[in-house]
Amino acid sequence: MADVLVGVAGRIPMANDATTVTTSQRDFHKPQKERSLFQRVLVCSAVAMVLLLVGIFVTLVDKSMLSIRTFGLGFITGTTWDPLNGIFAGFPYIVGTVVTAVLALALSFPFGMSLAILLGEYYRYGWISNILKNLVELLAGIPSIIYGFTALFFLVPLVRQFEVSQGIQPAFGVSILSATIVLSIMIIPYSASVAREIIQLVPSMLKEAAYSMGATRFEVVRKIVLPYARSGIAAGFLLSFGRAVGETMAVTMVIGNANTLAKSIFDPSNTMASIIANEFTEATTKIYLSSLIEIGLMLFIITVLFDLLGKYIINRMRMS
Amino acid sequence: MDSTILSTTGFNAFFSDNHVLKNIAINIPKNRIVAMMGPSGCGKTTFLRCINRMHELTPNAHSSGEMRLEGQDVYAMNSMMLRRRIGMVFQRPNPFPNMSISENVFAGYLLNGIKLPKPERHEIVETSLRKAALWDEVKDSLNKKGTFLSGGQQQRLCIARAIAMKPEMILLDEPTSALDPISTSKVEELVVELKANYTIVIVTHNMQQAARVSDMSAFFYLGELIEYDNTDQIFTNPKDRRTQNYITGRFG
Amino acid sequence: MDKSLQWRILKDKLFVVFLFLFVVLTAVPLFLILYYIVSNGIAAINWDFLTQLPKPVGEVGGGVINAIVGTLILIVTATLIATPLGVLAGVYLSEYPKTKLARTAGLFVEILQGIPSIVIGIVAYVWLVEPIGNFSALSGSAALAIMMLPVIVRTTEETLKLIPNTLKEAALAMGTSHSRTIFRVIIPNSLSGIVTGISLALARIAGETAPLLFTAFGNPFINVNLLQPTHSLPLLIFNYATSPYEDWHRQGWGASLVLIVIILCFSVSSKIFIKRWTVQS
Repeated sequence: MADVLVGVAGRIPMANDATTVTTSQRDFHKPQKERSLFQRVLVCSAVAMVLLLVGIFVTLVDKSMLSIRTFGLGFITGTTWDPLNGIFAGFPYIVGTVVTAVLALALSFPFGMSLAILLGEYYRYGWISNILKNLVELLAGIPSIIYGFTALFFLVPLVRQFEVSQGIQPAFGVSILSATIVLSIMIIPYSASVAREIIQLVPSMLKEAAYSMGATRFEVVRKIVLPYARSGIAAGFLLSFGRAVGETMAVTMVIGNANTLAKSIFDPSNTMASIIANEFTEATTKIYLSSLIEIGLMLFIITVLFDLLGKYIINRMRMS
Repeated sequence: MDSTILSTTGFNAFFSDNHVLKNIAINIPKNRIVAMMGPSGCGKTTFLRCINRMHELTPNAHSSGEMRLEGQDVYAMNSMMLRRRIGMVFQRPNPFPNMSISENVFAGYLLNGIKLPKPERHEIVETSLRKAALWDEVKDSLNKKGTFLSGGQQQRLCIARAIAMKPEMILLDEPTSALDPISTSKVEELVVELKANYTIVIVTHNMQQAARVSDMSAFFYLGELIEYDNTDQIFTNPKDRRTQNYITGRFG
Repeated sequence: MDKSLQWRILKDKLFVVFLFLFVVLTAVPLFLILYYIVSNGIAAINWDFLTQLPKPVGEVGGGVINAIVGTLILIVTATLIATPLGVLAGVYLSEYPKTKLARTAGLFVEILQGIPSIVIGIVAYVWLVEPIGNFSALSGSAALAIMMLPVIVRTTEETLKLIPNTLKEAALAMGTSHSRTIFRVIIPNSLSGIVTGISLALARIAGETAPLLFTAFGNPFINVNLLQPTHSLPLLIFNYATSPYEDWHRQGWGASLVLIVIILCFSVSSKIFIKRWTVQS
């Protein structure tokens, strides 16, 4: 038999004896752990991604430590931002950020949803769909700085006129209102594309069931599609909120850079992002810089939380 | 008796806890065509992939037992060196889309970083294509992309690619399952011609194909090698009832 | 037809009309912005504008060549930093998708994408400006590279996953090593997808301003030294737009138009690559 031909050299002792084979069936061939240089490089690059994010977080925490130690929780609740006397507290900026972002979300809601419903339900393909998609892409593609520039020269004067005509003082034009309007336009593409994806996930079975009972398309959208997509759309707005909170340049240019707590939407103010943009290069003392970085840390935490929450909800919807 | 090129004893393969090959013992003679057949899921493709250790690419796949190529322990070799000695042709033709026809034939050298002078390169390309019975059809378009060929031509290109490496064995994994009848017969003719220089193991789900092309046939069922004999013997006088059921079409 | 059905059909039609009304209202600001940029921009752009250095504050004339060169240097350096790292990480994610590291890295890359650019600017400042002791092109490029990474990683991963497994097996079955299989077979066949990712990432960062404010900082002269501060179009637009000088506003529009054209080039090229890529697979 051919067994005779089998050489003896290089035998593994384990498999040597033919009678032991059945009992040693589970003695696997050692998979060659070919941890080549290349695989190590790949692993390193993935590790680099992890370290990058961890590094960003650790850096922010480390550099904020001075401010955190000095001001404690008062940094979040206090309203005084006084670089001359070294007293810093970020409450006005937190308010400015949340107010502009929430108002912008509310303002953009009908626009974003209209785009999402048209793209996700009415025109999934074809030339109308292409026009709408290009509209969304262009809106998303224009840089923040250009939104800010045009708003500063065309939107802000309009707001100023409005303030003057209503007798609102001081009529600067630069205000929370201007920032809100610019922001709302800028986040339309984000909320629209997330909502569109969710709307497309609605099973056609459900829709067909409704159509078969004589429902109009409007009724299908209102009674079937939107309720089904509700939590996903909400998640989309969480993601958009994260975007709005982190948006810097356009807001910086039109919000008016005032370090006091805003009392109305016509007041100039600052957001967390805009105070950093405005004052980071002027921060001459250690505590000043550390306070600005702590604002950055808060910004980081807020955006990461909203991002994760939104993505978690959407992933859960994709699964089901 | 023929000289044996590949032999296994007590060979087992697992996917996680799934025992997919059980105690396989088989001797594959040199310069013969051996057909592996059996109903789907019987382990024939797994066995083929164990020969050049491609199954190791599947996560959680393990194997045990002995397998020797020309007396050398297959599982003690470097897997890359092993695979250079054994050519493989897949179910679906898979020429590299970024390479021309001649580059595809030469791919084994290109990918392994083996540099050869131009005349030698041309010679390898031409002889491989001739052996794969493709030369006349593509000799004027060697610099075109391989993906422009028909399915049957692509599969013969893949065979040429395997031959170019001057392998000792060629493994064919249902090489005609994606082809039309005419291309199939061309590939079958080619396989028979190749026998003169190479040992060929062909997995097929098609019994007629096994009967037409192979010298030896192995019948796998539920992970076991039920019967292995001369093809004539298997098809005219099978010893095992399960083999008989299979070739008479009573299951699978 | 009975009344209620007519009313339902009417509502159905009105709804679509409303949807389109809102979409048109969305398009209005977009077209206004594009109109302002193009009409004001063209008026500002001439040969001098594209080739001269800025005049001292208050003087009329001069150009923005320093910012154009600076932007290109920043973009190219950022691409050189982000592409190898991003492609390799993308390869890892597609090759070993089930490992703990892949899942963590994938999640972290997603998070990275959501981090505000101004925060990335702060980190680049701490990492590269403080140790070096001055603002620099390098620190700006690093900030931009961090913003490019998630896009490149994701598109690489997704493109590689589209490459049929049989190609990889064909190469491995010939005894090709893992790295050669990746570099000679998988990556060449997914090149247009990867280039798409890079173009998308470029479109994302070309107009970024916030992370450059305290990294690249600005420079009235042409600077090609990566360790020195450099100007860029977005920074120049910011400085000019918020200045009180009429002539700078004019030049700001010109710079905006140049910037938009650059971004448009990246988006269009990414679209062309997407088309080629989808035809292939």
